[in-house]
Amino acid sequence: MAFLLVIGTRKGLFTATSDDRRIWRLSGPHRLDSEDYANMAGVYAIGVDPHTRRILVGTESSHFGPSVWFSDDLGGSWHEPQRAPIAFPDDIDDSFTRVWQFAFGDEPGTVYAGVEPTALFRSTDGGESFKLVRALWDHPHRSDWFPGAGGAAIHTVLPGRVAAEGTDPRSMTVAMSTGGVYQTRDSGATWAPASTGIRATFLPEEYPEHGQCVHKVAVASDGVFYAQNHHGVYRSEDPAASGWTSIADGLPVDFGFAMVAHPHTPGTVLNFPVISEACHLPPDHRLQVQRTDDGGATWRPVNKGLPQDPYYGIVLRDGACTDGADVPGFYFGTRTGDVYVATDDGEEWTQVAAHLPDVLCVRAVEV
Amino acid sequence: MNVTVFLPQVLRPDCGGAARVAIPLAAADGRMPLRDVLDELALRHPRLDQRLRDEQGRLRRYVNVFVDDDECRAVAGLDTPVADGTEIRVLPSVAGG
Repeated sequence: MAFLLVIGTRKGLFTATSDDRRIWRLSGPHRLDSEDYANMAGVYAIGVDPHTRRILVGTESSHFGPSVWFSDDLGGSWHEPQRAPIAFPDDIDDSFTRVWQFAFGDEPGTVYAGVEPTALFRSTDGGESFKLVRALWDHPHRSDWFPGAGGAAIHTVLPGRVAAEGTDPRSMTVAMSTGGVYQTRDSGATWAPASTGIRATFLPEEYPEHGQCVHKVAVASDGVFYAQNHHGVYRSEDPAASGWTSIADGLPVDFGFAMVAHPHTPGTVLNFPVISEACHLPPDHRLQVQRTDDGGATWRPVNKGLPQDPYYGIVLRDGACTDGADVPGFYFGTRTGDVYVATDDGEEWTQVAAHLPDVLCVRAVEV
Repeated sequence: MNVTVFLPQVLRPDCGGAARVAIPLAAADGRMPLRDVLDELALRHPRLDQRLRDEQGRLRRYVNVFVDDDECRAVAGLDTPVADGTEIRVLPSVAGG
């Protein structure tokens, strides 16, 4: 068995492969096209289709705009559709900026893209063409959504689930910055806010119905949702029915971007704390990971193997992931270009790569 | 009328590797706006157009299009008039990164 780690950076796409997840062979930046423009583009989203192993990457070139590329040979070669795969329809006076998240439906070929500006697109051909999910774009709350520092985007797309209890292919949870959590139970025809209990420190109303700046939502193996917010860390078994409960006590700070849930053990979640919005540095200038094994009741640092010197790179929303293996590997990359993996159930970290451009996203799979 | 569009190396893969594209155009009075030239180019090379303009037809911020010697934004943007024999040069701006 081998493992593939796909790393999206501000300057191109890198991959690393390993047989044992301890010794890695790094390659990149990959040539997506025959010229250099796409190699120099930022890679803001990576998705690996669980049905086909197709890798999708969302790029944004400062000169030549956004695109979506795909590989059907685990990164060996890359292709781009002839026509822009994601574009707003003519009656919308807005333009696609970048993909922030790919997610895959139960139906083979179904791919969702959460994008900037705040929108959800759906593909039924494996990601070669997408259509806007119109009801969410037309949501009456849209005028209340506004961009945070990173832009206005849907960055979390969780098909099939709106509560811990049960899954349904007609259901989906998305999260946006800012705007909060929204859910559909009718295949995207209608959307309702599901952010009750999440605090908004930047709005006059402290606990509004919607408008929160959720940074990432992760789903644990028992279906429980965990949310890292712009100030605030929360859990919920049913966001629409019972709202969210703070689990920030015990963390060094309540700010951060990434959350990763253990793929098999309920209640185990990794968190990557960041000093608040005006700073965006690791607390105490130490690279650190926090872990809970009791659903957020208590937290402990899991820093073995990480640098002990002062460190200034943080982990962004999609800069952390798990490979989902039976004994799962956990991965994260930082804005200072270091990538780490933990293969002993998340207790000790080994460096995969160093000195890359700032890492925007990582995805890992067993191949 | 005929115009020629010159492309930088980085964009040539999106029009079959050509450094220049000659475009015959039908214009009643021998002139047409730059927008119409780019629309014609888009029909032939949709991916190239994706690099130059967004889906609303707006020129990307760091893409410069010179109509003969004038960058189009300094004239009339995509309404800049193009006449028979005009040379259009697409150049990445000294920006971005």
